[in-house]
Amino acid sequence: MASVGDARLGSAAQQQAWWPQVIPVILGLGAFAVYATLRAFEGAYFQWGPYLSPFYSPLIDVHHKYWPFSPALLILGGPLGFRVTCYYYRKAYYRAFFLDPPACAAPEKPGRRYRGETRFPFILQNAHRYFLYLAVIFMAFLWHDAVRSFFFEDGIGVGVGSIVLLVNVSLLSLYLVSCHSLRHLVGGKLDCFSCTTFGRPRYKTWRSLSALNEHHMLFAWISLFGVGLADFYVRLVSSGAIRDLRLL
Amino acid sequence: MAEATLKIFRGTREGGTPAEYHVPVAPGMVVLDALHYVQQHQAPDLAVRWNCKAGKCGSCSAEVNGRPRLTCKTRMDTLPQDKPIAILPMKSFPVIKDLVTDVSWNYKVNKKIPPFQPRAGVEWKMYQEDVDRVQEFRKCIECFLCQNVCHVLREHDKQEQFGGPRFFVRVAGLEMHPLDALNRTGLLKNELGIGFCNITKCCTEVCPEDIHITDNAIIPLKERVVDDFYDPLLGLVRKIRNAVSPSKRQPNE
Repeated sequence: MASVGDARLGSAAQQQAWWPQVIPVILGLGAFAVYATLRAFEGAYFQWGPYLSPFYSPLIDVHHKYWPFSPALLILGGPLGFRVTCYYYRKAYYRAFFLDPPACAAPEKPGRRYRGETRFPFILQNAHRYFLYLAVIFMAFLWHDAVRSFFFEDGIGVGVGSIVLLVNVSLLSLYLVSCHSLRHLVGGKLDCFSCTTFGRPRYKTWRSLSALNEHHMLFAWISLFGVGLADFYVRLVSSGAIRDLRLL
Repeated sequence: MAEATLKIFRGTREGGTPAEYHVPVAPGMVVLDALHYVQQHQAPDLAVRWNCKAGKCGSCSAEVNGRPRLTCKTRMDTLPQDKPIAILPMKSFPVIKDLVTDVSWNYKVNKKIPPFQPRAGVEWKMYQEDVDRVQEFRKCIECFLCQNVCHVLREHDKQEQFGGPRFFVRVAGLEMHPLDALNRTGLLKNELGIGFCNITKCCTEVCPEDIHITDNAIIPLKERVVDDFYDPLLGLVRKIRNAVSPSKRQPNE
């Protein structure tokens, strides 16, 4: 149902510049993907003292009894799936990597067959809530790691790494609790809060999660960089490139 | 007084060309004022649909410098005046004349949606907490800017399979209504094609009523479709529950 107006006036002057919106997403997600892949396959420098890299948590078969490759490869599918199927990241990568659309009201390459999320592989985005369940399990391990990072061989203390891991898990928690699927499961699926058992607390929780949900994009980005930086810090300390500074 | 150059589409669905008009820019002037100036002084046959000039009737939608907007809410002083301001009809709908488009397809889609149907024997009493969400959706003024900007309609011409953001907002208002008896997830999945939406949020970006279309209507509806069609665990729970007490019914049941 394209109109003649578009055909006659679709000059470059009418089109908004969409590259400035897309390039930061390509750089941000691309850089993280490259770094995370390299680190996942490295299989070394993921642990020092009470610190464990979030890329390797929970640590499974570290002595390669059953799995000959990097232990990170056993677990990264969970967090990766949660991010890939996340409603915010979907918007980001559909625009930046698939140019579908590159920006609002920007023209797309003609003749492409579009099926949205109705067919394989993108119909799998509907599994987001299952990755949410997995992410909750991962968060439990990451909180355990963050608390454990305060327990050094010579007793309880605070290192820069302890703070890094604590900030990291806090940012990841904000990203998780602002999730659209969690908001739905907690109360969004209800039509009537006042007619449901525990309706009032569910309504209040839903409202709180809705407020956080408005910042889901922000939490998605800062938690992404946070987890990358936390891993990088553990790698630096573990490889001996820097010494962990003990604050207390 | 400063002067702006407007480059307005003039023509019908058979064809047209851009025409340039020069308009003096007064303080507080909006694009619709400029179009009225052109009508009054230079082109009395310029076709523009408008009504309230207050951002509430949703009639004056057009594309100003490539962005879908209400012309009555777009101030001239927010647009760069050093080059012509391009004003085009909405791309997703057929042009009738100049800036007026045929939006009747939307009304056909609207007819597919079963209206509000109260639960039998319901007490007509609602609490604020139950209608918070629905009230946001009632702000829609049907300007169809969201329909126009949605790339599923605009670039992929899925009018036969896809309802568009405006009607997801309408369905959300019905689905989340505390007294409504119908379940419209089957309609959303099969007839309104909610799966075609890849949630790129352009509808939210252009909404003049600031309705959070994607986050508050489309994504919650997608989650409800997942509940009913893609979640095997919930499917099992539903079967057990339905055996005990029947849930909301689909319109064709």
